[in-house]
Amino acid sequence: MATQSSRSAARLMMAPAVILLLGWMLAPLITTLYFSFRRYLPLRGGDQGWVGFENYTRFIGSSAFWPSVQTTLIIVGGVLVITVLLGIVLALLLDQPMWGQGIVRILVIAPFFVMPTVSALVWKNMFMDPVNGLFAHLWKFFGATPVEWLSQASLQSIVMIVSWQWLPFATLILLTAVQSLDGEQLEAAEMDGAPFIKRFWYIVLPHLGRAITIVILIQTIFLLSIFAEIFVTTGGAFGTRTLTYLIFQRVLESQNIGLGSAGGVYAIILANIVAIFLMRIVGKNLDN
Amino acid sequence: MGRITLNKVTKSFGETQVIPPLDLTIEDGEFTVFVGPSGCGKSTLLRLIAGLEDITTGHIDIDGMDATAVPPAKRGLAMVFQSYALYPHMSVRKNIAFPLRMAKMDQVEIDRRVDNAASVLNLADYIDRRPGQLSGGQRQRVAIGRAIVREPAAFLFDEPLSNLDAALRVGMRLEISELHKRLETTMIYVTHDQVEAMTMADKIVVLRAGHIEQVGSPLELYKAPRNLFVAGFIGSPKMNFVEGAEAAKYDAHTVGVRPEHIAISGTEGAWKGRVGVSEHLGSDTFFHVHDTGLAETLTVRADGEVSFKHGDTVYLTPREDVVHRFDAQGLRIG
Repeated sequence: MATQSSRSAARLMMAPAVILLLGWMLAPLITTLYFSFRRYLPLRGGDQGWVGFENYTRFIGSSAFWPSVQTTLIIVGGVLVITVLLGIVLALLLDQPMWGQGIVRILVIAPFFVMPTVSALVWKNMFMDPVNGLFAHLWKFFGATPVEWLSQASLQSIVMIVSWQWLPFATLILLTAVQSLDGEQLEAAEMDGAPFIKRFWYIVLPHLGRAITIVILIQTIFLLSIFAEIFVTTGGAFGTRTLTYLIFQRVLESQNIGLGSAGGVYAIILANIVAIFLMRIVGKNLDN
Repeated sequence: MGRITLNKVTKSFGETQVIPPLDLTIEDGEFTVFVGPSGCGKSTLLRLIAGLEDITTGHIDIDGMDATAVPPAKRGLAMVFQSYALYPHMSVRKNIAFPLRMAKMDQVEIDRRVDNAASVLNLADYIDRRPGQLSGGQRQRVAIGRAIVREPAAFLFDEPLSNLDAALRVGMRLEISELHKRLETTMIYVTHDQVEAMTMADKIVVLRAGHIEQVGSPLELYKAPRNLFVAGFIGSPKMNFVEGAEAAKYDAHTVGVRPEHIAISGTEGAWKGRVGVSEHLGSDTFFHVHDTGLAETLTVRADGEVSFKHGDTVYLTPREDVVHRFDAQGLRIG
């Protein structure tokens, strides 16, 4: 890309991709913004014209709004904590030489390939069912009363299901980071008198910093919009209604597209607030 | 204090024995160099002394105490690694202070020692930088700084100069030698470069396939190599070996003559040959002489002024008093 002509040629050739991506992003955003200012009830009179900020005040004024934001943050936060902590532990374990390493690694990654709907159904029916679930049998085996997971501990159950799906992703990214650590650094630290815990704290963890940042950022993007797990298990009941789910209910169950669109705009704002906080906290790991 | 004794030490990785039983004593304050070709077990031996590898059988004593089962941190040894192994996220100061922090030393003492090491190694200007912002030579000095603050019984160097460019290598070689003269601490230095071994060592240990081929001062090894391997390994360019009838004249199976011990002449001499490539270094010229009927090539060192062209016929005369004689087993005679 040295000469003037090659630079303008590059710009010309990149243009289609840039325009496509821009359109891809802007079209839905503009449609959402457009509908959020209209009264649009598909089954009750259709598009009934501009209403200003009414949808916005109604959405935020609804008693379901703040609890849904809270639920969203709890799920995202809970899953992040669990996947990052367990991911580090698993990555360290999988890095150890052992028999059948290849198979074990594939098994660890496997849950990531299961579709969210399927994994939620499997968890709901095979593990968490209070009568026939494996957990119920386990509880009964020890003489305890089976827990009705999805109604008594609904939020925790969903955090558990989603963590199970995302743990492989975190483990995989962190494992590659662990493997890229220079063994001589660990040996130097060992000679310098650092026991295992201190070697982990002063050498391994700082080395993993960047990978942890990436795991947190990527997972947050996807976790803010989890839907299938809630739809399949609790249907938004028992305090598991996230902002995404609330929007879904407003649009499809209440048949109010304007109100749902306003919720969508709030979701964008929430995502950006979360992103800003995350970049503040962990983003500095990315500069170097 | 740092007298290290290896007593019948062996090391096996699974079925393969990389170090057959080996005895070695390194005296306090000595600069010992382990030298040998790649894969000769010299780094393994150093790691055994450091405690980074467990020895299979035998004992290692440090200062008269059995250190065989002592973990690396407790042996009182400091190691400088080939890759320097600096901690990339810590500043130079924190890197150097790390072993002291691990020893829970008091902060005032840590600062004193770190500042001292930094001034000794000319690191004071970079003390707050990260390793990534330093050049190779500076990183090397940080690694040495991290070793000296611990005031260890002995320093272990694992090919510390192999990642540096040639000019820097010569400079660091002098600095390490200077450091040894000043600290008078035992140093064990692993290298595959015989020039480093010759220039720095008090004692050279030549290793091949885990065996000690010879132990001695640089000049002992140069003057009286115990066998063909040491004769060929020590000295640059390599010693010339001649077998057959010419060797029989000396009552030997093989005779070895160093390039610097052969006189070259255009008119008369013992062996006749044809000049191949000549390497002009300015101070010296090395001639590679072919078609002598003795060996494929004989290397000869001559003064920088001497000049023969490619293809010239020349005559070579070895200096009789420094011809090395070896028997059929490759061992030195006399």
